[in-house]
Amino acid sequence: MSSLTYDDVVAKYEPVLGLEVHVELNTHSKMFCSCSTIFGGQPNTQTCPVCLGMPGALPTVNEKAIESTILIGLALNCSIAPFSRFARKNYFYPDMPKNFQISQFDEPICVDGFVDVEIDTDEGVKKFRIEVERVHMEEDTGKSLHVGGATGRIHGADYSLLDYNRAGIPLVEIVTKIVPGTGRYAPEVARAYVAELRDILRSLGVSDVKMEQGSLRCDANVSLRIIGSDVLGTRSETKNVNSLRSVERAVRGEMIRHAERLNNGDRVVQETRHFQEDTGLTRSGRSKEQAEDYRYFPEPDLVPVAPDALWIEQLRATLPERPSIRRKRLQEQWSVPDKEMSAMVNADVLDVVEATVLLGSDPTKARSWWLGEISRVANEKEIAIAQLPITPNDVAEIVVLVNSGELTDKLARQVVEGVIAGEGTPAQVISQRGIKVVNDDVALMKAIESACAAQPETAEKVRAGHLPAAGALIGAVMKETQGQADAARVRELLLKHLGQ
Amino acid sequence: MIKKSAHEMSQALAGGEITSVQLTQQHLNRIASVDTDVHAFLHVDAEGALAQAASIDAARSRGEKLGPLAGIPLALKDVMTQKGIPTTAGSKMLEGWRPPYDSTVVTNLKSAGIVILGKTNMDEFAMGSSTENSAYGPTHNPWDLSRIPGGSGGGSAAALAAFEAPLAIGTDTGGSIRQPAAVTGTVGVKPTYGGVSRYGLIAFSSSLDQAGPCARTVLDTALLHEAIAGHDPRDSTSINAPVPAVVQAAKSGDVKGMKIGVVKELNGDGYQAGVRSRFEESLELLAKAGAEIVEVSCPNFEYALAAYYLIAPSECSSNLARFDAMRYGLRVGDESGASAESVMNLTRDIGFGREVKRRIILGTYALSSGYYDAYYGSAQKVRTLITQDFEKAFTHADVLVSPTCPTTAFKIGEKSNDPLAMYLNDIATIPVNMAGIGGMSLPCGLAPEDSLPVGFQIMSPAMQDQRMYLVGAALEAALLAQWGAPLLSQAPVMGGAQ
Amino acid sequence: MSSLSRDDVAHLARLARIEMTDEELVNLASEFDVILNAVARVQEVATADVAPTSHPLPLRNVFRPDVVAPSLTPEEALSGAPASEENRFKVPQILGEEA
Repeated sequence: MSSLTYDDVVAKYEPVLGLEVHVELNTHSKMFCSCSTIFGGQPNTQTCPVCLGMPGALPTVNEKAIESTILIGLALNCSIAPFSRFARKNYFYPDMPKNFQISQFDEPICVDGFVDVEIDTDEGVKKFRIEVERVHMEEDTGKSLHVGGATGRIHGADYSLLDYNRAGIPLVEIVTKIVPGTGRYAPEVARAYVAELRDILRSLGVSDVKMEQGSLRCDANVSLRIIGSDVLGTRSETKNVNSLRSVERAVRGEMIRHAERLNNGDRVVQETRHFQEDTGLTRSGRSKEQAEDYRYFPEPDLVPVAPDALWIEQLRATLPERPSIRRKRLQEQWSVPDKEMSAMVNADVLDVVEATVLLGSDPTKARSWWLGEISRVANEKEIAIAQLPITPNDVAEIVVLVNSGELTDKLARQVVEGVIAGEGTPAQVISQRGIKVVNDDVALMKAIESACAAQPETAEKVRAGHLPAAGALIGAVMKETQGQADAARVRELLLKHLGQ
Repeated sequence: MIKKSAHEMSQALAGGEITSVQLTQQHLNRIASVDTDVHAFLHVDAEGALAQAASIDAARSRGEKLGPLAGIPLALKDVMTQKGIPTTAGSKMLEGWRPPYDSTVVTNLKSAGIVILGKTNMDEFAMGSSTENSAYGPTHNPWDLSRIPGGSGGGSAAALAAFEAPLAIGTDTGGSIRQPAAVTGTVGVKPTYGGVSRYGLIAFSSSLDQAGPCARTVLDTALLHEAIAGHDPRDSTSINAPVPAVVQAAKSGDVKGMKIGVVKELNGDGYQAGVRSRFEESLELLAKAGAEIVEVSCPNFEYALAAYYLIAPSECSSNLARFDAMRYGLRVGDESGASAESVMNLTRDIGFGREVKRRIILGTYALSSGYYDAYYGSAQKVRTLITQDFEKAFTHADVLVSPTCPTTAFKIGEKSNDPLAMYLNDIATIPVNMAGIGGMSLPCGLAPEDSLPVGFQIMSPAMQDQRMYLVGAALEAALLAQWGAPLLSQAPVMGGAQ
Repeated sequence: MSSLSRDDVAHLARLARIEMTDEELVNLASEFDVILNAVARVQEVATADVAPTSHPLPLRNVFRPDVVAPSLTPEEALSGAPASEENRFKVPQILGEEA
């Protein structure tokens, strides 16, 4: 059936995107009560009358969550509404204790912002501006576990078990306006937008932004229209998109699916679809043809949020440098090629490299340690670099020791290994492991002389000017000194000794 | 002792004439003897009450400084959560539910040393004006057991009138404290919205609900008001300001030079003749006490009832959504193969009474897409107009007054099949809730035609609750001088000498 | 004149998750004729120039500090549950989409 190529699709149709991103804030307590937000607690140990929706309980607003939301709005170039309100979104679902979600409706806290993204294309770097319609606050739901049935999934389950630890975790929803004009780059633009958003949120420190753990989730709305038309097509809303790669795949997949239907004369159904990581395809969910009636109304248990200019300016003053601007600045300062820069961004080592450089390391060495050996170990252990016990301070110290000749590259690697293994600071690792550069020329000369004596023919070749032969002698010296000698110094002394 | 005021009981306790345990036991005995007829209580916690009384007695004998109501028994409307004590809000939906937490009102009562006797009957989820909507059967008016005690807080008011408790807690969404007070000859106050915490009050209509004190005298009401009021960080709509000096006002009762505004629209057609005559006589007494009586007009009050029956059902349709058989309360139809949705549907059909379902459906309609502006939105605008009427009226008068209800207590069953006629009971009490201001009802005599109590309503501006206590105390004193004994002593069934 | 049909009421009952017999639906629909006409009076004065009031008091910016307080124990949380298993609320099968 899939005879249509992507080129066919974009030759005929223009995709229109709409992206909704939900972000879990990393506050200590929940949005409307004082229960802990720590991930992974035993079931129903982080619940109270408020987040269980018990009769009589009332919500109270977490001030930090408001500040985080305003910060997000400011970072996304939004206006902060001088007056905004919470509203109840009414619908029944067992994982939602009150059977309404406290959200915001027509009076969100932040409106009208934008995010600029750049993507690499065959035609060079292209820039797109994604307009943000609104940023608003709401609360998360509980988690259900479906028991019985063949697959443990909701269909065919005998019953469900509910844990409300996640109910009431603060969520921020960031909704774009419709995004036309991205043409064939729609999938990449969608991905770049979510990536940029993730970087901005991370720089603000308001969320863990881990897509794989669900602290950042993206719903992608896609519709197609014939190029040149100004009438919007019917959209589908794809949920469950939880990696950057999936955002791109989901948008591309939906574009092709829509085009196939339209080409066949079929109607695109307005519905929720679920992205499936394994196939890269989406599966039909709930039809939205009959729009839900959420019966929004202002939450009477909460009073309006009306941030004054002073508060907003105080928050604005704490905004960090925008990640895209910072990347450009660092790239220039460090004279790093594009590819290397992307590698650092993707490996998430920009912060630690910058810190290492600020502590006196040169950018190239700092980069190669973090991106090389340290990233390798982190990947191997499947943990974040931040969880390794090595700090920018340690790396800077090691780089300085290498530059001064006190460590060879090879020894430095051993020191890094020791620090990562938790053996202490570089100085402690050096002393405990007995790592020491042999730079005693007398000892080296002794080793050189014995190496030459052991391989007289090789020594003769070198003496005759055949320098590549020196390698074997240097190797023997290194072996003799158990690898602790500085190979460059050995070479220097050897060649001098053999009259070169 | 049980026929005395809480203030007098307090003096007896302080003077060592009686212990709190004895006082509590007397009330438990009274409940045992009369409550089969009155049915004011849904749950009596004799053990808990006596234990609490004993601890107050012990504290007193240790010479600890106690609050003015320490050791005095109280009846708690069953809409307030009390940890470990059955709390039903008059509904089958919550039969057997024991909340794991105390409402703030209960926390405040406990820290004032007030002894909680038990939970009182009410219209289901506070929806009603007669207590006939309780899932556990109606409460009877101690003045005439064939009549309603008002609602929704009929249990609390009847407990006071039947001398089962000298103090009670009510909640008032459209008159549920004041109307029962009026028809039982007791005193009830709806404080300014936000004056008493709503945390732990099972919500009916969040923007209208307000808990308040009920008693047999103005001073007792003020003492209880002071004990339960104050800022609560758990309630975002709670007022963060000192509690108005209500006790001081109730002790003073000085109305000289005060301007008392009679609301033109809350009198006249539709008001029973005896209600009107008692009301007029009370105005004369207040004038004699030095107040100036003026007339004010609040033209938008005629829309208050309509707006109320949109706002309250709308909010209740959302507030009551949580009763879904998943986490607590009743569960019906949980058979093999049943879905959560069908269990919710069946439970909500069986668990809710007729009036509750009617209001949920009405509210669902008023909030639904396409109708919001015409109904809920318009009702909120009426709310603005009513508030403006009050603001204007309060530039001419310090307090406003009216009869509390158009009629005296009607017969049980008389209006239960006519929702609109039932709703009309609240016509004079609803404007106060719409504007969030304070309102009091106190007895002003018996209607000559049926010898049943008539209520006099006093309304004061937001956060000026002390004004209604000043006027209430003045009127109470003048009436007492006229009658020679409290009105309740004339109650034929329960009032006579024991 | 505002009125609701039996089917309108059935739709509302579905939204409100209340099972209703045909008789109940019909009765409620006829009651609503009267009630809706009474409450629709609000439209007479609710003109465009009047601002709606949703909160009786003009409070603003009431917040709580981001500090964790003790939760209920799971036993307390589940004390009123009609059914529970492994410290979770046990509920009948949920028909609907997978989250």
